[in-house]
Amino acid sequence: MPVLEIDDLSVSYGAVHALTDVTFAAAEGEVTAVLGANGAGKTTLLRAISGLVRPRKGTIRYDGEPLEKMSVEKIVRHGVAHVPEGRSVIEEMTVEENLRLGALWRFGRRERGAVLDEVYELFPPLSGRRRQHANTLSGGERQMLTIGRALVSRPKVLLLDEPSLGLAPIVTAQLMTVLRDLTASSKLIVVLVEQNARSSLSIAKRAVVINLGRVVVCDDAATVAGDTELRHHYLGY
Amino acid sequence: MQFFLNLTLGGIASGMIVAAVALGLVLIFRSTNVVNFAQGAMAMITTYVAYGVLRDGADYWLGFVVALAAGLVFGAVTQIVVIRPVQNKSPLNAIIVTFGFLILLEGLAGAIYGGTNRVFPAPFSVVGQKLGGTQIAFSPFDVFTVVAVLVLMVGMLAVFRGTDLGLRMRAVAFAPETARLLGVRVRPLLTLGWALAVSAGALAALLVVPTAQLTPNFMDVILIYGFTAAVVGGLDSPVGALVGGLVTGLSLAYVGGYLGGSLEPMAALALVIVSLMIRPEGLFSRPAPRRV
Repeated sequence: MPVLEIDDLSVSYGAVHALTDVTFAAAEGEVTAVLGANGAGKTTLLRAISGLVRPRKGTIRYDGEPLEKMSVEKIVRHGVAHVPEGRSVIEEMTVEENLRLGALWRFGRRERGAVLDEVYELFPPLSGRRRQHANTLSGGERQMLTIGRALVSRPKVLLLDEPSLGLAPIVTAQLMTVLRDLTASSKLIVVLVEQNARSSLSIAKRAVVINLGRVVVCDDAATVAGDTELRHHYLGY
Repeated sequence: MQFFLNLTLGGIASGMIVAAVALGLVLIFRSTNVVNFAQGAMAMITTYVAYGVLRDGADYWLGFVVALAAGLVFGAVTQIVVIRPVQNKSPLNAIIVTFGFLILLEGLAGAIYGGTNRVFPAPFSVVGQKLGGTQIAFSPFDVFTVVAVLVLMVGMLAVFRGTDLGLRMRAVAFAPETARLLGVRVRPLLTLGWALAVSAGALAALLVVPTAQLTPNFMDVILIYGFTAAVVGGLDSPVGALVGGLVTGLSLAYVGGYLGGSLEPMAALALVIVSLMIRPEGLFSRPAPRRV
Protein backbone atom coordinates (compact mmCIF):
# COMPACT_ATOMS: atom_id res chain seq x y z
CA MET A 1 0.00 0.00 0.00
CA PRO A 2 1.48 3.37 -1.02
CA VAL A 3 2.41 5.69 1.79
CA LEU A 4 3.81 9.17 2.14
CA GLU A 5 6.81 8.94 4.42
CA ILE A 6 8.49 11.97 5.93
CA ASP A 7 11.75 11.01 7.54
CA ASP A 8 14.01 13.18 9.66
CA LEU A 9 12.98 16.30 7.71
CA SER A 10 14.59 19.64 8.55
CA VAL A 11 13.94 22.94 6.80
CA SER A 12 15.63 26.27 7.53
CA TYR A 13 15.08 29.80 6.28
CA GLY A 14 18.59 31.13 6.71
CA ALA A 15 19.40 30.84 10.41
CA VAL A 16 15.79 30.16 11.37
CA HIS A 17 14.94 26.49 11.80
CA ALA A 18 11.38 26.10 10.60
CA LEU A 19 11.29 22.30 10.91
CA THR A 20 13.61 20.01 12.85
CA ASP A 21 13.78 16.22 12.47
CA VAL A 22 10.15 15.77 11.51
CA THR A 23 9.18 12.12 11.01
CA PHE A 24 5.75 10.66 10.29
CA ALA A 25 3.88 8.66 7.69
CA ALA A 26 0.49 9.17 6.06
CA ALA A 27 -1.43 6.20 4.71
CA GLU A 28 -3.83 5.68 1.84
CA GLY A 29 -7.52 6.25 2.46
CA GLU A 30 -6.80 8.23 5.62
CA VAL A 31 -6.75 11.85 6.66
CA THR A 32 -3.63 12.74 8.61
CA ALA A 33 -4.15 15.93 10.55
CA VAL A 34 -1.15 18.18 11.19
CA LEU A 35 -1.91 20.46 14.10
CA GLY A 36 -0.11 23.23 15.92
CA ALA A 37 -0.12 26.92 16.72
CA ASN A 38 0.79 29.77 14.38
CA GLY A 39 4.39 29.54 13.29
CA ALA A 40 4.73 25.89 14.29
CA GLY A 41 5.96 25.03 10.79
CA LYS A 42 2.82 23.41 9.38
CA THR A 43 2.78 25.39 6.15
CA THR A 44 6.51 24.88 5.70
CA LEU A 45 5.95 21.14 5.98
CA LEU A 46 3.48 21.17 3.07
CA ARG A 47 5.69 23.48 1.02
CA ALA A 48 8.59 21.07 1.51
CA ILE A 49 6.49 18.09 0.38
CA SER A 50 5.34 19.87 -2.79
CA GLY A 51 8.85 21.11 -3.54
CA LEU A 52 8.31 24.84 -3.03
CA VAL A 53 11.03 24.87 -0.36
CA ARG A 54 14.05 22.59 -0.26
CA PRO A 55 14.74 20.63 2.92
CA ARG A 56 18.09 21.06 4.64
CA LYS A 57 18.13 17.37 5.38
CA GLY A 58 15.85 14.36 5.51
CA THR A 59 13.74 12.51 2.96
CA ILE A 60 10.21 12.70 1.61
CA ARG A 61 9.05 9.52 -0.11
CA TYR A 62 5.85 8.67 -1.87
CA ASP A 63 5.41 4.99 -2.71
CA GLY A 64 9.13 4.52 -2.10
CA GLU A 65 10.15 7.28 -4.52
CA PRO A 66 12.15 10.19 -3.07
CA LEU A 67 10.55 13.59 -3.81
CA GLU A 68 12.84 15.94 -1.95
CA LYS A 69 15.04 16.81 -4.92
CA MET A 70 12.35 16.89 -7.61
CA SER A 71 11.03 20.10 -9.18
CA VAL A 72 7.54 21.27 -8.21
CA GLU A 73 6.17 20.45 -11.67
CA LYS A 74 7.54 16.92 -11.47
CA ILE A 75 6.19 16.29 -7.98
CA VAL A 76 2.75 17.30 -9.24
CA ARG A 77 3.12 14.73 -12.00
CA HIS A 78 3.80 12.09 -9.37
CA GLY A 79 0.30 12.69 -8.05
CA VAL A 80 0.93 15.15 -5.23
CA ALA A 81 -1.54 18.07 -5.23
CA HIS A 82 -0.99 20.99 -2.88
CA VAL A 83 -3.84 23.36 -2.06
CA PRO A 84 -2.09 26.35 -0.52
CA GLU A 85 -3.41 28.55 2.23
CA GLY A 86 -5.42 31.66 1.42
CA ARG A 87 -7.75 30.21 -1.19
CA SER A 88 -5.41 30.63 -4.10
CA VAL A 89 -8.01 30.89 -6.82
CA ILE A 90 -6.80 32.83 -9.83
CA GLU A 91 -9.23 35.72 -9.57
CA GLU A 92 -8.67 37.00 -13.08
CA MET A 93 -9.91 33.71 -14.55
CA THR A 94 -13.33 32.14 -14.63
CA VAL A 95 -14.27 29.17 -12.45
CA GLU A 96 -14.07 26.86 -15.43
CA GLU A 97 -10.67 28.19 -16.49
CA ASN A 98 -9.33 27.61 -12.99
CA LEU A 99 -10.51 24.01 -13.12
CA ARG A 100 -9.25 23.44 -16.66
CA LEU A 101 -5.84 24.67 -15.62
CA GLY A 102 -5.68 21.93 -13.00
CA ALA A 103 -6.48 19.25 -15.56
CA LEU A 104 -4.21 20.48 -18.37
CA TRP A 105 -1.15 18.34 -17.79
CA ARG A 106 -3.14 15.23 -16.97
CA PHE A 107 -5.96 15.01 -19.48
CA GLY A 108 -6.47 15.71 -23.17
CA ARG A 109 -9.18 18.05 -24.41
CA ARG A 110 -11.76 15.29 -24.79
CA GLU A 111 -11.48 13.77 -21.32
CA ARG A 112 -11.43 17.11 -19.55
CA GLY A 113 -15.15 17.75 -19.80
CA ALA A 114 -16.00 14.58 -17.89
CA VAL A 115 -13.36 15.25 -15.23
CA LEU A 116 -14.67 18.77 -14.68
CA ASP A 117 -18.23 17.48 -14.44
CA GLU A 118 -17.18 15.27 -11.53
CA VAL A 119 -16.00 18.35 -9.64
CA TYR A 120 -19.25 20.20 -10.40
CA GLU A 121 -21.10 17.19 -9.05
CA LEU A 122 -18.96 17.16 -5.91
CA PHE A 123 -19.36 20.92 -5.39
CA PRO A 124 -22.74 21.90 -6.90
CA PRO A 125 -22.42 25.65 -6.08
CA LEU A 126 -19.56 25.88 -8.58
CA SER A 127 -21.66 24.44 -11.37
CA GLY A 128 -23.86 27.52 -11.74
CA ARG A 129 -20.86 29.83 -11.74
CA ARG A 130 -18.71 28.25 -14.44
CA ARG A 131 -18.40 31.38 -16.55
CA GLN A 132 -18.06 33.83 -13.65
CA HIS A 133 -14.74 35.28 -12.67
CA ALA A 134 -13.36 33.64 -9.55
CA ASN A 135 -13.20 36.98 -7.72
CA THR A 136 -17.01 36.91 -7.48
CA LEU A 137 -17.02 33.74 -5.39
CA SER A 138 -17.71 33.58 -1.67
CA GLY A 139 -15.11 32.25 0.75
CA GLY A 140 -16.60 28.78 0.83
CA GLU A 141 -16.91 28.63 -2.94
CA ARG A 142 -13.30 29.69 -3.33
CA GLN A 143 -12.25 26.85 -1.09
CA MET A 144 -14.36 24.43 -3.12
CA LEU A 145 -12.72 25.75 -6.28
CA THR A 146 -9.16 25.34 -5.01
CA ILE A 147 -9.86 21.83 -3.76
CA GLY A 148 -11.74 20.95 -6.93
CA ARG A 149 -8.89 22.34 -9.01
CA ALA A 150 -6.50 20.04 -7.18
CA LEU A 151 -8.81 17.05 -7.61
CA VAL A 152 -9.21 17.36 -11.40
CA SER A 153 -5.70 16.01 -11.84
CA ARG A 154 -6.78 12.86 -9.95
CA PRO A 155 -4.04 13.14 -7.34
CA LYS A 156 -2.98 10.36 -5.01
CA VAL A 157 -1.74 12.71 -2.30
CA LEU A 158 -3.71 15.80 -1.34
CA LEU A 159 -2.03 18.45 0.82
CA LEU A 160 -4.52 20.91 2.31
CA ASP A 161 -3.40 24.07 4.07
CA GLU A 162 -6.02 25.55 6.42
CA PRO A 163 -9.07 24.85 4.26
CA SER A 164 -11.40 26.06 7.02
CA LEU A 165 -9.70 29.44 7.43
CA GLY A 166 -12.34 32.16 7.53
CA LEU A 167 -15.25 29.84 6.78
CA ALA A 168 -18.50 29.72 8.73
CA PRO A 169 -18.68 26.68 11.05
CA ILE A 170 -21.45 25.08 9.00
CA VAL A 171 -19.47 25.44 5.77
CA THR A 172 -16.43 23.98 7.50
CA ALA A 173 -18.49 21.01 8.66
CA GLN A 174 -19.78 20.39 5.12
CA LEU A 175 -16.29 20.64 3.71
CA MET A 176 -14.92 18.18 6.25
CA THR A 177 -17.66 15.67 5.42
CA VAL A 178 -16.87 15.93 1.71
CA LEU A 179 -13.20 15.45 2.47
CA ARG A 180 -13.76 12.40 4.64
CA ASP A 181 -15.94 10.66 2.06
CA LEU A 182 -13.59 11.55 -0.76
CA THR A 183 -10.55 10.25 1.09
CA ALA A 184 -12.20 6.89 1.70
CA SER A 185 -13.76 6.49 -1.74
CA SER A 186 -10.76 7.52 -3.87
CA LYS A 187 -8.10 6.02 -1.60
CA LEU A 188 -6.44 9.40 -1.19
CA ILE A 189 -3.61 10.21 1.15
CA VAL A 190 -4.72 13.49 2.73
CA VAL A 191 -2.43 15.64 4.83
CA LEU A 192 -4.64 18.24 6.45
CA VAL A 193 -2.98 21.21 8.10
CA GLU A 194 -5.32 23.02 10.46
CA GLN A 195 -5.48 25.36 13.38
CA ASN A 196 -9.07 24.31 13.79
CA ALA A 197 -8.06 21.15 15.67
CA ARG A 198 -11.53 20.06 16.67
CA SER A 199 -13.00 19.79 13.17
CA SER A 200 -9.91 18.24 11.61
CA LEU A 201 -9.57 15.65 14.38
CA SER A 202 -13.18 14.68 13.73
CA ILE A 203 -12.31 13.32 10.27
CA ALA A 204 -8.66 12.35 10.78
CA LYS A 205 -7.36 8.87 11.46
CA ARG A 206 -3.93 9.99 12.57
CA ALA A 207 -2.75 13.27 14.07
CA VAL A 208 0.67 14.90 14.17
CA VAL A 209 1.11 17.79 16.60
CA ILE A 210 3.95 20.17 15.78
CA ASN A 211 5.36 22.79 18.11
CA LEU A 212 8.19 25.15 17.12
CA GLY A 213 9.14 22.92 14.23
CA ARG A 214 9.32 19.65 16.15
CA VAL A 215 6.87 16.78 16.32
CA VAL A 216 5.44 16.64 19.83
CA VAL A 217 2.93 13.86 19.35
CA CYS A 218 2.21 11.48 16.51
CA ASP A 219 -0.68 9.20 17.36
CA ASP A 220 -4.22 8.11 16.52
CA ALA A 221 -6.52 11.11 16.13
CA ALA A 222 -8.90 9.69 18.71
CA THR A 223 -6.10 9.40 21.26
CA VAL A 224 -4.99 12.98 20.66
CA ALA A 225 -8.57 14.24 20.89
CA GLY A 226 -8.99 12.35 24.15
CA ASP A 227 -5.83 13.69 25.78
CA THR A 228 -7.16 16.72 27.64
CA GLU A 229 -3.78 17.94 28.84
CA LEU A 230 -2.25 17.76 25.37
CA ARG A 231 -5.23 19.55 23.89
CA HIS A 232 -5.03 22.37 26.43
CA HIS A 233 -1.34 22.70 25.99
CA TYR A 234 -0.92 22.65 22.22
CA LEU A 235 -4.31 22.82 20.56
CA GLY A 236 -6.03 25.46 22.65
CA TYR A 237 -9.35 23.80 23.34
CA MET B 1 -12.44 70.82 -39.25
CA GLN B 2 -10.41 69.14 -41.97
CA PHE B 3 -7.26 69.91 -39.98
CA PHE B 4 -8.77 68.27 -36.91
CA LEU B 5 -9.79 65.24 -38.96
CA ASN B 6 -6.32 64.87 -40.38
CA LEU B 7 -4.77 65.13 -36.92
CA THR B 8 -7.19 62.47 -35.68
CA LEU B 9 -6.35 60.09 -38.52
CA GLY B 10 -2.63 60.63 -38.02
CA GLY B 11 -3.10 60.12 -34.28
CA ILE B 12 -4.87 56.82 -34.83
CA ALA B 13 -2.11 55.52 -37.12
CA SER B 14 0.69 56.51 -34.77
CA GLY B 15 -1.40 55.38 -31.80
CA MET B 16 -1.58 51.88 -33.24
CA ILE B 17 2.21 51.76 -33.49
CA VAL B 18 2.53 53.00 -29.92
CA ALA B 19 0.03 50.31 -28.92
CA ALA B 20 2.22 47.60 -30.44
CA VAL B 21 5.22 48.89 -28.46
CA ALA B 22 3.10 49.04 -25.31
CA LEU B 23 1.82 45.52 -25.93
CA GLY B 24 5.40 44.25 -25.95
CA LEU B 25 6.10 46.02 -22.65
CA VAL B 26 2.88 44.68 -21.13
CA LEU B 27 3.52 41.08 -22.22
CA ILE B 28 6.92 41.14 -20.54
CA PHE B 29 5.85 43.03 -17.45
CA ARG B 30 2.86 40.93 -16.63
CA SER B 31 4.58 37.59 -17.08
CA THR B 32 8.01 38.36 -15.65
CA ASN B 33 7.54 41.63 -13.70
CA VAL B 34 10.39 43.17 -15.64
CA VAL B 35 10.14 46.60 -17.27
CA ASN B 36 12.00 46.06 -20.52
CA PHE B 37 13.81 49.30 -21.33
CA ALA B 38 15.60 47.51 -24.17
CA GLN B 39 12.30 46.89 -26.02
CA GLY B 40 12.97 49.69 -28.55
CA ALA B 41 16.64 48.88 -29.01
CA MET B 42 15.86 45.20 -29.60
CA ALA B 43 13.31 46.17 -32.24
CA MET B 44 15.95 48.45 -33.79
CA ILE B 45 18.28 45.44 -34.11
CA THR B 46 15.62 43.29 -35.78
CA THR B 47 14.98 46.14 -38.22
CA TYR B 48 18.68 46.26 -39.13
CA VAL B 49 18.52 42.51 -39.73
CA ALA B 50 15.59 43.02 -42.09
CA TYR B 51 17.47 45.92 -43.70
CA GLY B 52 20.36 43.55 -44.42
CA VAL B 53 18.00 41.15 -46.17
CA LEU B 54 16.35 43.92 -48.21
CA ARG B 55 19.67 45.49 -49.20
CA ASP B 56 20.56 42.19 -50.84
CA GLY B 57 17.57 42.70 -53.10
CA ALA B 58 14.97 40.58 -51.36
CA ASP B 59 11.24 41.25 -51.52
CA TYR B 60 9.81 43.58 -48.84
CA TRP B 61 7.62 40.83 -47.39
CA LEU B 62 10.59 38.54 -46.92
CA GLY B 63 12.25 41.31 -44.91
CA PHE B 64 9.01 41.76 -42.97
CA VAL B 65 8.88 38.08 -42.00
CA VAL B 66 12.60 38.01 -41.23
CA ALA B 67 12.20 40.95 -38.82
CA LEU B 68 9.34 39.27 -36.95
CA ALA B 69 11.16 35.93 -36.82
CA ALA B 70 14.34 37.66 -35.65
CA GLY B 71 12.23 39.24 -32.90
CA LEU B 72 11.03 35.81 -31.73
CA VAL B 73 14.55 34.38 -31.63
CA PHE B 74 16.14 37.50 -30.16
CA GLY B 75 13.50 37.70 -27.43
CA ALA B 76 13.88 34.04 -26.48
CA VAL B 77 17.69 34.16 -26.41
CA THR B 78 17.68 37.40 -24.40
CA GLN B 79 15.34 35.94 -21.82
CA ILE B 80 17.48 32.84 -21.40
CA VAL B 81 20.89 34.50 -21.42
CA VAL B 82 20.34 37.96 -19.97
CA ILE B 83 17.14 37.94 -17.93
CA ARG B 84 16.99 34.49 -16.36
CA PRO B 85 20.03 35.07 -14.11
CA VAL B 86 18.39 38.14 -12.55
CA GLN B 87 14.79 36.87 -12.64
CA ASN B 88 14.33 36.05 -8.98
CA LYS B 89 16.49 38.84 -7.61
CA SER B 90 15.33 42.33 -6.72
CA PRO B 91 13.31 43.95 -9.55
CA LEU B 92 15.86 46.77 -9.64
CA ASN B 93 18.49 44.32 -10.94
CA ALA B 94 16.38 43.42 -13.95
CA ILE B 95 15.62 47.08 -14.66
CA ILE B 96 19.29 47.97 -14.64
CA VAL B 97 20.09 44.95 -16.81
CA THR B 98 17.52 45.90 -19.47
CA PHE B 99 18.68 49.51 -19.36
CA GLY B 100 22.27 48.42 -19.79
CA PHE B 101 21.19 46.15 -22.63
CA LEU B 102 19.58 49.16 -24.36
CA ILE B 103 22.84 51.12 -24.22
CA LEU B 104 24.85 48.08 -25.31
CA LEU B 105 22.63 47.39 -28.33
CA GLU B 106 22.59 51.00 -29.50
CA GLY B 107 26.36 51.15 -29.11
CA LEU B 108 26.80 47.93 -31.06
CA ALA B 109 24.48 49.08 -33.84
CA GLY B 110 26.41 52.36 -34.02
CA ALA B 111 29.71 50.50 -34.20
CA ILE B 112 28.52 48.13 -36.94
CA TYR B 113 26.26 50.32 -39.08
CA GLY B 114 27.42 53.83 -38.16
CA GLY B 115 25.09 56.68 -37.33
CA THR B 116 24.01 57.43 -40.88
CA ASN B 117 20.32 57.64 -41.67
CA ARG B 118 19.22 54.82 -43.91
CA VAL B 119 16.03 54.71 -45.91
CA PHE B 120 13.88 51.70 -45.19
CA PRO B 121 11.19 50.93 -47.78
CA ALA B 122 7.45 50.77 -47.17
CA PRO B 123 5.19 48.20 -48.86
CA PHE B 124 2.59 50.85 -49.61
CA SER B 125 2.66 54.57 -50.35
CA VAL B 126 3.28 56.73 -47.28
CA VAL B 127 1.66 59.78 -48.93
CA GLY B 128 -1.86 60.84 -47.96
CA GLN B 129 -4.68 60.28 -50.44
CA LYS B 130 -7.11 62.58 -52.14
CA LEU B 131 -10.66 61.57 -51.30
CA GLY B 132 -13.40 63.39 -53.21
CA GLY B 133 -11.30 66.49 -53.75
CA THR B 134 -10.06 66.84 -50.16
CA GLN B 135 -6.62 65.84 -49.05
CA ILE B 136 -6.78 63.17 -46.32
CA ALA B 137 -3.65 62.63 -44.20
CA PHE B 138 -4.14 58.89 -44.13
CA SER B 139 -1.87 56.97 -46.47
CA PRO B 140 -2.28 53.39 -47.66
CA PHE B 141 0.64 52.59 -45.35
CA ASP B 142 -1.37 54.01 -42.43
CA VAL B 143 -4.19 51.64 -43.36
CA PHE B 144 -1.66 48.80 -43.37
CA THR B 145 -0.39 49.96 -39.96
CA VAL B 146 -3.84 49.89 -38.40
CA VAL B 147 -4.66 46.50 -39.91
CA ALA B 148 -1.31 44.96 -38.92
CA VAL B 149 -1.59 46.03 -35.28
CA LEU B 150 -5.24 44.96 -35.11
CA VAL B 151 -4.28 41.54 -36.47
CA LEU B 152 -1.53 41.33 -33.84
CA MET B 153 -3.93 42.27 -31.04
CA VAL B 154 -6.71 39.92 -32.16
CA GLY B 155 -4.20 37.11 -32.64
CA MET B 156 -2.81 37.59 -29.13
CA LEU B 157 -6.32 37.73 -27.69
CA ALA B 158 -7.27 34.52 -29.50
CA VAL B 159 -4.21 32.76 -28.13
CA PHE B 160 -4.69 34.02 -24.57
CA ARG B 161 -8.44 33.40 -24.39
CA GLY B 162 -8.91 30.41 -26.63
CA THR B 163 -5.99 28.02 -26.23
CA ASP B 164 -4.48 25.85 -23.52
CA LEU B 165 -1.17 27.58 -24.09
CA GLY B 166 -2.83 30.93 -23.47
CA LEU B 167 -4.46 29.61 -20.31
CA ARG B 168 -1.04 28.52 -19.05
CA MET B 169 0.52 31.86 -19.96
CA ARG B 170 -2.18 33.79 -18.13
CA ALA B 171 -1.83 31.54 -15.10
CA VAL B 172 1.90 32.16 -15.00
CA ALA B 173 1.31 35.90 -15.35
CA PHE B 174 -1.32 36.14 -12.62
CA ALA B 175 -0.15 33.53 -10.12
CA PRO B 176 3.20 31.90 -10.90
CA GLU B 177 3.38 29.79 -7.76
CA THR B 178 -0.17 28.49 -8.10
CA ALA B 179 0.55 27.72 -11.75
CA ARG B 180 3.56 25.61 -10.78
CA LEU B 181 1.51 23.75 -8.17
CA LEU B 182 -0.94 22.89 -10.94
CA GLY B 183 1.83 21.36 -13.02
CA VAL B 184 2.52 24.27 -15.40
CA ARG B 185 6.14 24.33 -16.54
CA VAL B 186 6.88 27.98 -16.01
CA ARG B 187 10.34 28.49 -17.51
CA PRO B 188 9.58 27.81 -21.19
CA LEU B 189 6.50 30.01 -20.93
CA LEU B 190 8.57 32.96 -19.71
CA THR B 191 10.88 32.49 -22.68
CA LEU B 192 7.91 32.34 -25.04
CA GLY B 193 6.48 35.52 -23.50
CA TRP B 194 9.70 37.39 -24.24
CA ALA B 195 9.81 35.99 -27.77
CA LEU B 196 6.27 37.21 -28.53
CA ALA B 197 6.89 40.60 -26.91
CA VAL B 198 10.06 41.32 -28.86
CA SER B 199 8.34 40.19 -32.04
CA ALA B 200 5.55 42.70 -31.33
CA GLY B 201 8.25 45.34 -30.89
CA ALA B 202 9.78 44.30 -34.22
CA LEU B 203 6.42 44.86 -35.91
CA ALA B 204 6.14 48.31 -34.35
CA ALA B 205 9.63 49.18 -35.61
CA LEU B 206 8.74 48.08 -39.16
CA LEU B 207 5.74 50.40 -39.02
CA VAL B 208 7.77 53.35 -37.70
CA VAL B 209 10.85 53.07 -39.84
CA PRO B 210 9.57 54.05 -43.34
CA THR B 211 8.67 57.55 -42.13
CA ALA B 212 11.50 57.88 -39.60
CA GLN B 213 14.61 56.45 -41.31
CA LEU B 214 16.80 53.77 -39.81
CA THR B 215 19.37 54.87 -37.22
CA PRO B 216 20.62 53.17 -34.05
CA ASN B 217 18.30 55.27 -31.89
CA PHE B 218 15.23 55.68 -34.09
CA MET B 219 13.09 53.76 -31.57
CA ASP B 220 14.00 55.86 -28.52
CA VAL B 221 11.15 58.36 -28.73
CA ILE B 222 8.55 55.78 -29.71
CA LEU B 223 9.61 53.69 -26.70
CA ILE B 224 8.84 56.64 -24.42
CA TYR B 225 5.42 56.90 -26.03
CA GLY B 226 5.03 53.17 -25.57
CA PHE B 227 5.72 53.56 -21.85
CA THR B 228 3.22 56.39 -21.72
CA ALA B 229 0.60 54.16 -23.32
CA ALA B 230 1.39 51.26 -20.99
CA VAL B 231 1.07 53.50 -17.93
CA VAL B 232 -2.19 55.01 -19.19
CA GLY B 233 -3.69 51.64 -20.07
CA GLY B 234 -2.26 49.64 -17.17
CA LEU B 235 1.06 47.82 -17.26
CA ASP B 236 -0.51 44.38 -17.09
CA SER B 237 -3.40 44.73 -19.53
CA PRO B 238 -3.11 43.96 -23.27
CA VAL B 239 -6.43 45.72 -23.93
CA GLY B 240 -5.05 48.65 -21.95
CA ALA B 241 -2.06 48.71 -24.28
CA LEU B 242 -4.35 49.21 -27.29
CA VAL B 243 -6.50 51.89 -25.68
CA GLY B 244 -3.47 53.54 -24.04
CA GLY B 245 -1.74 53.57 -27.42
CA LEU B 246 -4.68 55.29 -29.09
CA VAL B 247 -5.07 57.82 -26.25
CA THR B 248 -1.38 58.59 -26.42
CA GLY B 249 -1.29 58.77 -30.23
CA LEU B 250 -4.30 61.07 -30.43
CA SER B 251 -3.20 63.34 -27.57
CA LEU B 252 0.24 63.77 -29.09
CA ALA B 253 -1.23 64.43 -32.53
CA TYR B 254 -3.48 67.21 -31.18
CA VAL B 255 -0.67 68.73 -29.13
CA GLY B 256 1.67 68.55 -32.12
CA GLY B 257 -0.92 70.02 -34.47
CA TYR B 258 -2.27 72.85 -32.35
CA LEU B 259 0.65 73.70 -30.06
CA GLY B 260 3.72 72.66 -32.02
CA GLY B 261 5.55 69.41 -32.66
CA SER B 262 8.39 70.15 -30.28
CA LEU B 263 5.95 69.88 -27.35
CA GLU B 264 5.03 66.25 -28.12
CA PRO B 265 7.59 64.51 -25.85
CA MET B 266 6.70 66.89 -23.02
CA ALA B 267 3.00 66.18 -23.56
CA ALA B 268 3.76 62.44 -23.23
CA LEU B 269 5.39 63.02 -19.86
CA ALA B 270 2.48 65.23 -18.78
CA LEU B 271 0.13 62.41 -19.76
CA VAL B 272 2.11 59.98 -17.60
CA ILE B 273 1.97 62.32 -14.61
CA VAL B 274 -1.74 63.02 -14.95
CA SER B 275 -2.47 59.34 -15.45
CA LEU B 276 -0.45 58.35 -12.39
CA MET B 277 -2.20 61.00 -10.30
CA ILE B 278 -5.74 60.12 -11.34
CA ARG B 279 -5.55 56.38 -11.93
CA PRO B 280 -2.15 54.99 -10.97
CA GLU B 281 -3.06 51.39 -11.78
CA GLY B 282 -4.00 52.34 -15.34
CA LEU B 283 -7.36 52.28 -17.10
CA PHE B 284 -7.67 48.55 -17.62
CA SER B 285 -5.54 46.97 -14.95
CA ARG B 286 -7.51 44.81 -12.59
CA PRO B 287 -5.85 45.35 -9.24
CA ALA B 288 -6.81 42.07 -7.65
CA PRO B 289 -6.82 42.46 -3.90
CA ARG B 290 -4.37 39.86 -2.71
CA ARG B 291 -5.15 38.37 0.65
CA VAL B 292 -2.08 36.95 2.29
